[in-house]
Amino acid sequence: LSTLAVLEHKEGKVSPQSFPAVTAASKFGGPITVFLAGSGSEKAAEQAAKLNGVEKVIYTSNNAYDKGLPENFAPLLVENIKKGNFTHVVGAHSAFGKNILPRASALLDVQQISDCIEIKDENTFVRPIYAGNAIATVRSTDTIKIVTIRGTAFLPAEETSNTAAIEEAPVDPNAECTTVWISENLTRSERPDLGTAPKVVSGGRGLKDKENFDKLMPPLADALGAAIGASRAAVDAGFADNSLQVGQTGKVVAPQLYLAAGISGAIQHLAGMKDSKVIAAINKDPDAPIFQVADVGLVADLFQAVPELTEKLNAGRK
Amino acid sequence: MTSLRILVPIKRVIDYAVKPRVNATKTAVVTSGVKMSMNPFDELSIEESVRLRERNKGAVQDILAFSAGPTKAADTLRTAMAMGADRALLVELDENRPKERDLEPLTVAKLLREVVHKEGCNMVICGKQSIDDDSGQTGQMLAGLLGWGQATQAAKVEVQGDEVVVTKEVDGGEEVVRVKLPAVVTTDLRLNEPRYATLPGIMKAKKKPMEKKKLADFNVDFKKRLETLEVVEPPPRQGGGKVDSVDGLISRLKELGAI
Repeated sequence: LSTLAVLEHKEGKVSPQSFPAVTAASKFGGPITVFLAGSGSEKAAEQAAKLNGVEKVIYTSNNAYDKGLPENFAPLLVENIKKGNFTHVVGAHSAFGKNILPRASALLDVQQISDCIEIKDENTFVRPIYAGNAIATVRSTDTIKIVTIRGTAFLPAEETSNTAAIEEAPVDPNAECTTVWISENLTRSERPDLGTAPKVVSGGRGLKDKENFDKLMPPLADALGAAIGASRAAVDAGFADNSLQVGQTGKVVAPQLYLAAGISGAIQHLAGMKDSKVIAAINKDPDAPIFQVADVGLVADLFQAVPELTEKLNAGRK
Repeated sequence: MTSLRILVPIKRVIDYAVKPRVNATKTAVVTSGVKMSMNPFDELSIEESVRLRERNKGAVQDILAFSAGPTKAADTLRTAMAMGADRALLVELDENRPKERDLEPLTVAKLLREVVHKEGCNMVICGKQSIDDDSGQTGQMLAGLLGWGQATQAAKVEVQGDEVVVTKEVDGGEEVVRVKLPAVVTTDLRLNEPRYATLPGIMKAKKKPMEKKKLADFNVDFKKRLETLEVVEPPPRQGGGKVDSVDGLISRLKELGAI
């Protein structure tokens, strides 16, 4: 048994969503090799080599892999999986992982297991289905297991005094790629990343418009040091960017604190946040379904309660 | 512009507004007697195919809706045709044979590869995931098997000559890629708002051709790779705690160690 953890990196740093993948890889018990590709992967490799449990890091700094295009990244991965005789391959269930790993699985004739929340043994995995309304335990009969994991279900691997060997990846097929990356438009924010933040404040339709959302939510987020999220209804109504959407079809989060303001708690929203440690809700409708899952509920007009909360949190910090 | 022959895979799933329940033997989610609908992401795929036809005059030669499912999946395919698909292909699965229930994404991708070859499709538009199994693999697997380009989680799709320019949803924002046709595109929520089937559309759909096949008609090994050991409901949350003021909220959150 030997495991390959596929990591993402940006500007020479391992991406936050990749740390839990290393922890998940350690659950199989065998040696862990970490895989990185693209410009800057050599630098990210130094950081990855320090991660707890990593035995070896392999990388290729070929800039053909910079944008994580599946047409050449999947063959690169496949050839390295074959070459290294890896029996288990783990990556994050992120945009990157979702794009690349199923393609690599098909090329290897493997039925991937997506979005795992628990690894029971080397063949057995637990994963949510029906947006988390049911939890399935599945056993794979494939010779290679390819798994994407839900980042919130595993602790991030920590940097230690570990010094894993760093080597260039043994093969680089440099497959032809007919897809061209043109541009990206990422939301720049000083706030913590929504997917991994320990605290999240989310706004919903109760905020009524974008102006209110922008006026009330950022100060509350900053008072708590939290990331900002939004319900599907708020995103659909244009209050917040789609990348902030928490729910079945958006991001799945599980922070220490999830504070929902003006969110009624539709099934699809609850699917995205119900694994949070503590859920707090502010809503003026006492019958809103969000209160059924909230550890702390406040029935109040958010236009008064949110500014008051922000002010008192700020006062408390001084 | 390349003349497009579009394949749209469709799955019949439990309606998104229904809360699924696990059966008594903890082996699966109950589907009998439950409202079923077209997977919401597949609605987006049909809608986008029809809009590509509307936006690019004469460019879309064929829109084929495909499903592998129970006999009743024919109704779902009729809906797809009422929305604007030209014809449909149903692989009827025998629900009494465990092997034919709940086909795995890799098997579906292999089925689709045969359909693409037989029907001469050069574009596949499919949902980014089905809301039952939530695997989110089929489109990418199909692209890999075919050796085609892929663009996942599309928020905008534009065909330009023999290429398709796709704005994709990625973590923290969006990304634009240009993919050479033939290609697989998977659809995400912001792409469009699917139309409702109109009465004239529904009447027209009744006359559109629907071909029916069996799994045995395909040269695909549909042996399962994953064995489901157990399906359970997640532990319920003990919610319901209320406070009556912002001060109460703050002190309760402190007690819980959340702030």
